[in-house]
Amino acid sequence: MSSRFINPAISAVPPSAIRRFFDIAGTMKDAISLGVGEPDFITPFPVRNSAIDSLLDGETQYTANSGLMPLRQEIALYQKNRFSLEYDPEDEVLVTVGASEAIDIALRALVRPGDEVLIPEPCYISYQACTRFAGGLPVNVPTRAENDFELLALDLEARVTDKSRVLILSYPSNPTGAVMPKERLKAVAEVAMRHDLFVICDEIYSELCYDGFFQHSIASLPGMRERTMVVSGFSKAFAMTGFRLGYLCAPREIVMACSRIHQYTIMCASRQSQVAAYNALKQGRENGYSDVIRMRDSYDRRRRLMHKAFLDMGLDCFEPRGAFYTFPSIKNTGLTSDEFCERLLKEHHVVCVPGNAFGPSGEGHIRCCYATATDKLLEAFEKISDFIKGL
Amino acid sequence: MNNKQKAVLDLLKEDCRTPLEQMAVMLNMDIEEVAETIDNLERDRIILRYRPVINYDKAEPNMVEAMIEVKVTPQRDFGFDAIAKRITSFEEVRSLYLMSGTYDLLIQVSAPNLKELAQFVSNRLSPLETVTGTSTSFVLKRYKQDGIIFDLPDGDRRLSVTP
Repeated sequence: MSSRFINPAISAVPPSAIRRFFDIAGTMKDAISLGVGEPDFITPFPVRNSAIDSLLDGETQYTANSGLMPLRQEIALYQKNRFSLEYDPEDEVLVTVGASEAIDIALRALVRPGDEVLIPEPCYISYQACTRFAGGLPVNVPTRAENDFELLALDLEARVTDKSRVLILSYPSNPTGAVMPKERLKAVAEVAMRHDLFVICDEIYSELCYDGFFQHSIASLPGMRERTMVVSGFSKAFAMTGFRLGYLCAPREIVMACSRIHQYTIMCASRQSQVAAYNALKQGRENGYSDVIRMRDSYDRRRRLMHKAFLDMGLDCFEPRGAFYTFPSIKNTGLTSDEFCERLLKEHHVVCVPGNAFGPSGEGHIRCCYATATDKLLEAFEKISDFIKGL
Repeated sequence: MNNKQKAVLDLLKEDCRTPLEQMAVMLNMDIEEVAETIDNLERDRIILRYRPVINYDKAEPNMVEAMIEVKVTPQRDFGFDAIAKRITSFEEVRSLYLMSGTYDLLIQVSAPNLKELAQFVSNRLSPLETVTGTSTSFVLKRYKQDGIIFDLPDGDRRLSVTP
């Protein structure tokens, strides 16, 4: 009865499609989940301990809106050392509540009513919704398995109109595990410059690349810094999802605009999370990111195992080189993504996420996360294989 | 050790029954290469033996285990090695370490029951010539052994589906 009070613009955005699977899985005690989107490591002890120390020392006050200065300095150093990007910690870095907040405020700061936001998909589920919340119009740009889910400049260009304003780029990709080689990134950058697009580059998985691949940031390409915002955070590579800490780096004017929304809505991210993030970066810088590398090596081994398991089951599965997901095609089973995942869950108690939850190009695929204990993965492979044989 | 040996050892430490084929996939190596790496680890005595981590509270609930701190007089020419060698020969001794600090040797012993353990201390260990004192502490409960946590409440705290 109270629904008449709700803003129709919000009602028009459907709830996340993965919610339904969460509800079913919640009723099963023995379900093995490949449906998670977070590391299976807990945050390294020294980082956790630094947050505890901060609490014990009575650091319970607000911080500066933009975040603690030592943290912003470490973020600037990290971006410089790892990705050759230079940002002034004074006013070109903003600490946010997860990369999610950064994406939200970036879109609100950039998008005018009716502006089109180009979103290569399948992609992380928030981009479409946040675009609509900001009054913009999401425009899907398909990426395809035959191109290893890389974004082709011609596919992007085909969807550019005079209303196009922002491109959201996210590689390594959730859900596909795709990465973006430098040559293709250059071609995309040229399209962005030709049509005066601003690029929000979600680099939350950029530390998690395999086979020696290095994910260049589009912001590092000539002419791109002024039109790019780098969004990143601590959830994935540093295994700090629950801390909810991210950041954005961009030219001064853009950061100031985002900061205005941030200061009136969030005020500042949790101080203890900021202290923990500062220590994660500082310790990483001092010990060669040994924790990040240890976790990445462990994902890499399980990545190979999962990729081969799907090939052995007779599923088409391109080899992902980033993040911690595989995105096999289940088209040859004759089932839709939804049917496949729902039956697999109900009949064999394995949770996967249907690919179409991440955009129409994800139909016919399922997202499987390999950040799970090896014995659980092996058990899940056996069950998925039994399920497919029984179809 | 080289990187390949370290990687193979990493997987074996996790589960020494991991099939060669699975290790080869995970480490991007040939099966033969994995087998050879393991052979070398064994030949170099980096891997000494493969044994299960046993929850003795279930396997042998009556077994008694203790840590014994031992003070000894080091012997001329041999230091602690001669007495350590004697002690290792007792079948009750599971582990033996030379320690820094207020005592010299730490012995981990196990016996089928309290009486046999007491006999070990009084009849076999204490009479040794160079042993000048012992202090025995019994194990009451095992929480973690060889990196394995016993009775983990709920391993995975993550939600089953997240974006």
